[in-house]
Amino acid sequence: MRYLPLTQIDRDAMLGVIGVATIDDLFVDVPEAARLDGPIHGLPMHASEMAVERHMSALSRKNLTAGDAPFFLGCGAYKHHVPASVDHLIQRGEFLTAYTPYQPEIAQGTLQMLFEFQTQVARLLGTDVANASMYDGSTACWEAIGMARRITKRGKAILSSGLHPHYVSVAKTMAKFTGDALETSAPTLGADTDIDALIAAIDKDTSCVVVQYPDILGRIADLKPLADACHANKALLIAVVTEPVALGAIKAPGEMDADIVVGEGQSLGVGLQFGGPYVGLFGCKEKYVRQMPGRLCGETLDADGRRGFVLTLSTREQHIRREKATSNICTNSGLCALAFSIHMTLLGEAGLRQLAAINHAGAVAAAERLSQVPGVELVTTSFFNEFTLKLPVEARPIVRTLADRGILAGVSLGRLYPGEDALANGLVVAVTETTTAEDVETLAAALQEVLA
Amino acid sequence: MSRYFTEDHEWVDVDGDIGTVGISEYAQSQLGDIVFVDVPEEGKELTKGDEAAVVESVKAASDVYSPVSGTVIEGNPALADTPGLVNEEPESDGWFFKLTLSDPDELSGLMDEIAYAAFVEKL
Amino acid sequence: MSINASGWRPEAPISGGKASPTTTGNKALMLEEALIFEIGDTTTTGVDLVEPVAATSRLGDLARTASIGLPGLSEPETVRHYTRLSRQNYGIDLGFFPLGSCTMKHNPRLNEKMARLPGFADIHPLAPVQTVQGALEVIQQLAHWLVTLTGMDSVAMSPKAGAHGELCGVLAIRAALEARGEGHRKIILVPESAHGTNPATAAFAGYSVEDIPATADGRVDTEKLIARLGPDVAGVMITNPNTCGLFERDMRVISDAVHAAGGLVYCDGANFNAIVGRVRPGDLGIDAMHINLHKTFSTPHGGGGPGSGPVVFSKALSPFAPLPFVEKTDDGFHLVEEETAGEHHAGAFGRMVAFHGQMGMFTRALTYILSHGADGLRQVSEDAVLNANYILRSLDTTLDAPFGGSGPCMHEALFSDENLADGFSTIDVAKGLIDEGFHPMTMYFPLVVHGAMLIEPTETESKAALDQFIVALRSVAERAKAGDVSLKSAPHFAPRSRLDETLAARKPILVWKDPGLAQAAE
Repeated sequence: MRYLPLTQIDRDAMLGVIGVATIDDLFVDVPEAARLDGPIHGLPMHASEMAVERHMSALSRKNLTAGDAPFFLGCGAYKHHVPASVDHLIQRGEFLTAYTPYQPEIAQGTLQMLFEFQTQVARLLGTDVANASMYDGSTACWEAIGMARRITKRGKAILSSGLHPHYVSVAKTMAKFTGDALETSAPTLGADTDIDALIAAIDKDTSCVVVQYPDILGRIADLKPLADACHANKALLIAVVTEPVALGAIKAPGEMDADIVVGEGQSLGVGLQFGGPYVGLFGCKEKYVRQMPGRLCGETLDADGRRGFVLTLSTREQHIRREKATSNICTNSGLCALAFSIHMTLLGEAGLRQLAAINHAGAVAAAERLSQVPGVELVTTSFFNEFTLKLPVEARPIVRTLADRGILAGVSLGRLYPGEDALANGLVVAVTETTTAEDVETLAAALQEVLA
Repeated sequence: MSRYFTEDHEWVDVDGDIGTVGISEYAQSQLGDIVFVDVPEEGKELTKGDEAAVVESVKAASDVYSPVSGTVIEGNPALADTPGLVNEEPESDGWFFKLTLSDPDELSGLMDEIAYAAFVEKL
Repeated sequence: MSINASGWRPEAPISGGKASPTTTGNKALMLEEALIFEIGDTTTTGVDLVEPVAATSRLGDLARTASIGLPGLSEPETVRHYTRLSRQNYGIDLGFFPLGSCTMKHNPRLNEKMARLPGFADIHPLAPVQTVQGALEVIQQLAHWLVTLTGMDSVAMSPKAGAHGELCGVLAIRAALEARGEGHRKIILVPESAHGTNPATAAFAGYSVEDIPATADGRVDTEKLIARLGPDVAGVMITNPNTCGLFERDMRVISDAVHAAGGLVYCDGANFNAIVGRVRPGDLGIDAMHINLHKTFSTPHGGGGPGSGPVVFSKALSPFAPLPFVEKTDDGFHLVEEETAGEHHAGAFGRMVAFHGQMGMFTRALTYILSHGADGLRQVSEDAVLNANYILRSLDTTLDAPFGGSGPCMHEALFSDENLADGFSTIDVAKGLIDEGFHPMTMYFPLVVHGAMLIEPTETESKAALDQFIVALRSVAERAKAGDVSLKSAPHFAPRSRLDETLAARKPILVWKDPGLAQAAE
């Protein structure tokens, strides 16, 4: 029991100071019937570090690691190279084992980092302000819908068909309980986004339009006309970015007048981790800041006039507002925000732009190569690092067959939209700086073989 | 013009059918440094006891209830930039909003300055 | 383009401040650090990237042309920047961190090592399930432990943190009530000592919250709670052990009464560390409880997340657990998502997050649980409770312990500011402790105790560490009782003195703005 410093001599001495005979005397308030008399049966006893490591390593080896295969999965989580110094720095005990910075005098490290993170995120998204992060992109998206309801005092949100279906699912789950009305639909397997349809759907009851950029099929389109249409009806435009690296190449939603921009920050610093923990990005126009959920760090001065940082505007939060809080959220995703921020600092604007250019060029080359496979058609015409192919057959069995051959070919739309026959042949392929030309060639050859 | 107080520490000055509402000196002293005030918009219909405004200090947020029923004619624009006015001049320049009273009879249920002073004394 | 227009560099003495004894503003190992926006540059990068392959742009007319304003640093500068920042933080690795209700226990590094195994860290959430069988098995093994330790029926793994878990539990309660045609139950009873997330969660789930008062011995007023039950009450949210650090002796009685009245019982499991291995919440009639993996099961707090908040359910609520979850069949582990939920899980109330939850926390928590085993986890709660009572009894003659007379505490000791000098409060004691090299206790929570000081030592502190803390707190408390004014300006030796929160909130500065540009705009 290597994590327990007390010795039996310590325990006996302490019981003496407390004035009780045995440890059981400290559990007297537990009703007799609920007291367990010894370790729970059927569970293993304590184990050495070596034994645990052996057990966990064996489990890890049952997975096909992304780095060990030609890998083309995206749809909300992307494989990027994370510099070694990122993981080293986030493991410094002063970051790793700190709590939420409620004692700012001894938490300036976390607070200054959060202030830098908020600024980086706001600049990346093109918004005036950003918060200190959310759980992930999907929860940030739902929180944005709730924020739009509070601002507009309207209860109908229009969700683009290009919004990640899991994000839609999360919003639907929550809306069942809050009473928000959501308009949703499945995407069509074509080159065009649904922006025109969204514009047509906005009316006087609309609180917001939620649009993903690039969307679930990888498509990109100018959001300005949509923002204008929203504002003409006093509705808000919420843009969702699941691939933040894209914003090193394409216009930020804030630049196109989106009111709230949320996103998934996993691409920078965080890694795939089978879906979590990730880091939700949340930015908005300055005028809405008091309706924003989540923690905020602000600049101030200490008693000696020195610059310092504190958590601020906390009266929006649950520990003060209780049932009137903007959200029930208590934590952010601090350590992932730190990883994001360090990676972004290492890249800088020049590096981010270069990284985005590599991703885009690689994706364009891969799209051209894969669309040469007989029967395969490139659906998306404008995209960043992710595009959709239409196969001559259902994509999902093909993905499974290729996985058996050690190739992680992409995300089949059949998995994301079960029961939508019109999408079943769609395959979403992501290409990043980690994808090599050989990987693309391997996929193309294998695809040709299994389709033949 | 006469001034009335509630047990929730709001005051209302009445001049004809126009009431001006704020929070008392005692209330501001309990709240500490006020950092934000959200006042109601013009035209908002309030019933006596409705949540009319929100006042926030660093560590607390409190609802301000309307002491009387009526229609809001103006929120104090100065509070947006200088919420500290509520600390400095709670019972004058730090007023929250003005409204047209719809039922002046409600005033009879409120305390006058002497009664309120006695009420605060006991807290 | 350089965006360093402020001219504020770490070597410049800090303007407007107290005169520094050094020219740099640094004091030996206490090093000042500027913002990346003041030391970085948009043309600098700390990574080496190849040239993009030749390809025709598919960006249409959406290319981002305007400057973004993101500064870069070289790798050595980056490492130094963040290392310097880290040194302005207090963490468990540095010293005693008795933050009540937060369970700041040691974070074992084996957890970190295991979470970083490529087979866990480098797998995609949408990878075909045949390629991630080991990951699903981790989820399933951890789920088995959580269900067994709590004596419950099932567990939802996906909630991202404690408050998210609370929401999951309350949504399941609402789904269950609606399924049996009792959607008219609209009230959730919450003790007034509850953590702020409880009422916030209930309100978010569409419920009205009614407070239940506490008794003089710091527990829920059982009689008042039972008297309030009725056909309009959906359920109760109770923290046990509660936020005063006490076990709710009547928990079983309360659960039975709530069930008899047609309601359901949510337990906030934030304080599970006090009873893990010794008491199973399932034996107390609980229907849903979240477990903070970042508290009881030692995953790092990370300066404010990420957390992880799996929720265990009773038989009554299991059918309503959210998607996704893992199932085992003869041919391996499966992920039950929207498409497969259909027949078997028609009651599932939906999806709470995009993917499967905090996998990185699952690997850490399972590593921790396997390290301790059933016997070790029992020892964990015993030592946690022993340490807390040792602190309670060592300090209850110095500070007022409002519930000290009612018997032992569980995992945390609660004091009030009752006998401090006039004008002195809990915050002064807390800031005095900072100067003594400790992280302060939780201040002003729970709200039911005036000037609450909530001290949770956890089981990973040695007796020597506790003894040193006791001596320090005794000394600081005596100073506060004697009215020592130097405490009012403490801390004196931290990287910063007390920060002006009023200034921060009145004129919020939430992002860095180039002072040069700001000046030009005026």
